[in-house]
Amino acid sequence: MLRFILTRVSLVIPTFLGITFLTFILIRLVPGDPIEVRVGERGIAPERLAALRHELGLDRPLWQQFLDYVGNVLSGDFGLSLVTHNSVLSEFIALFPATLELAMCAMLFATLVGLPAGILAAVKRGSLFDHGVMGISLTGYSMPIFWWGLLLILFFSVGLGWTPVSGRLDLIHYVEPVTGFMLIDTLMAGEYEAFRSALGHLVLPTIVLGTVPLAVVARMTRSAMLEVLGEDYIRTARAKGLDSGRVIGMHALRNALIPVVTVIGLQVGTLLGGAILTETIFSWPGVGKWLIESINRRDYPALQGGVLLIATSVILVNLLVDVLYGVLNPRIRHAR
Amino acid sequence: MSAEFSTNADPATPETVAVSRPPHPLTEFWYHFRQNKGALAGLVVILMIATIAVLAGVIAPHDPDIQYRDAILTPPVWQEGGSWTYILGTDDIGRDMLSRLMYGARLSMMIGLIVVTLSLAVGLGLGLLAGFFGGIADVLIMRAMDILLALPSLLLAVVVAAILGPGLVNAMLAVSVVVIPHYARLTRAAVLAEVNKDYVVASRVAGAGPLRLMLIVVLPNCLAPLIVQATLGFSTAILDAAALGFLGLGAQPPTPEWGTMLASSLQFLQRAPWVVTWPGIAILVTVLAFNLLGDGLRDALDPKLKR
Repeated sequence: MLRFILTRVSLVIPTFLGITFLTFILIRLVPGDPIEVRVGERGIAPERLAALRHELGLDRPLWQQFLDYVGNVLSGDFGLSLVTHNSVLSEFIALFPATLELAMCAMLFATLVGLPAGILAAVKRGSLFDHGVMGISLTGYSMPIFWWGLLLILFFSVGLGWTPVSGRLDLIHYVEPVTGFMLIDTLMAGEYEAFRSALGHLVLPTIVLGTVPLAVVARMTRSAMLEVLGEDYIRTARAKGLDSGRVIGMHALRNALIPVVTVIGLQVGTLLGGAILTETIFSWPGVGKWLIESINRRDYPALQGGVLLIATSVILVNLLVDVLYGVLNPRIRHAR
Repeated sequence: MSAEFSTNADPATPETVAVSRPPHPLTEFWYHFRQNKGALAGLVVILMIATIAVLAGVIAPHDPDIQYRDAILTPPVWQEGGSWTYILGTDDIGRDMLSRLMYGARLSMMIGLIVVTLSLAVGLGLGLLAGFFGGIADVLIMRAMDILLALPSLLLAVVVAAILGPGLVNAMLAVSVVVIPHYARLTRAAVLAEVNKDYVVASRVAGAGPLRLMLIVVLPNCLAPLIVQATLGFSTAILDAAALGFLGLGAQPPTPEWGTMLASSLQFLQRAPWVVTWPGIAILVTVLAFNLLGDGLRDALDPKLKR
């Protein structure tokens, strides 16, 4: 078991180094002189330019700069934002819980709706319900979610007035952030009105961000169930007289869940990518919106650090899923 | 000598033809494809959009860039105040929505075509190299692909577009980079499955060079999954390019790109919902059509699913 985990972890290290290299190089591809980009001065004196270059280590060979960068990153130094002059890491940490809360709610929504829909579609294969689920999920999969979010705002927030248009909490409430998760913080503070407000703010972004994963989960569950339902042991279970619910719930579902769990894990990347759009539409104060703002403000250190941090979290989640998968399924663990 | 041999072994000699002649692969493909109503619908819609894209200059009722100052935010024809002059209404500076959508179709089809061609060419090349030569080339290429895959695709596209600077060409480049790993991995897997088969060994023994082996012997047998992926690649390209346009990192106004159109009239969402509704529907329908077609192609081309 330990060996399995260590192998998986060691496989991640080159990927992490590669991502670090990629973000290191990307920032060097920005048109214009890095000093000009960073300092924002034009017509700078040559001596001052040289001094600044030296100060920022830009006069040294590229590989040394890269090693420095890796060293900084490993010690938690992701540089300073050009705009706020705060540490990029602290800005990221302050905003990340908002994104995480939204992403987890979206995943929960996708699983809670997608899984039963997929199972039912597989059981009632070829029925109207099956065709409906598959049609809807293909539509969801093809959805431009930025447009979908606007439609929902137009209908539910503007038209019916059921949900707030943007943000995480109504302005009248204030809750001291403890975990950074609004739902938990409001409950811990005992502010039930604020909790309801937070919940209301979450509904539409959750649906929008969860749409694509929902479609993926439903389709994957259906095809995994169909495959399992054709197996001999299912026929055996039916033949020995077990009722249908038990066969589907116990015998089929458990085995069908294996690929579904993987797919859910792989959706984390999609979720964090989709968060860029969702947070922009709903003015959700998370890392996705922050990243777009950094781009618009030409705050390249923030962009660089943010991308690296998001990529790292995706890698870590995938690693976690990988390991969990090995724990749950001995066949994988012993395959290598 | 060899010609004589092959004539004798030809199954299509008059004696045997009546017994069983396998259907032409295309006939067989069409037989399976035809059964999938969704895929057929997708194909029809794509053909329609492609026709509109090609003929946009002829069939569009107006110039997409002309601003009709006396017809700003005219609603679609079936709403109160609508007129047949502007069937789907006009936007906030009086441009005809229908004409802009038609020219937008041209852009979207072009984006799909260029992105798929570019990423397919690069991914195919990398995958062939990795699959054929193995060893260090394989490790280096596939590791690089893993790194690209570790980043959420939209995030990577956003970053590349931000670094290159906003614009339609850069957006297409950004989206192409993001999807390269998919083609590279598929090609490599297909090559690895084929490369040790007897027919490849036979060509190698017969003296075929690596280029011939790669491109003429093996590649045609690896095409099925790539065709499916390329079709689905159209939908990813159109969707991601529209998302970049929406974020202000893709095509810039006044280009009638669907995502850009959506973003530039965002503040009129409440007053004039149609300026936001139409481009979105256009994106959804196009992407859905390509996904339907891709699914149908997968079912028809994948021998494992054939019954």
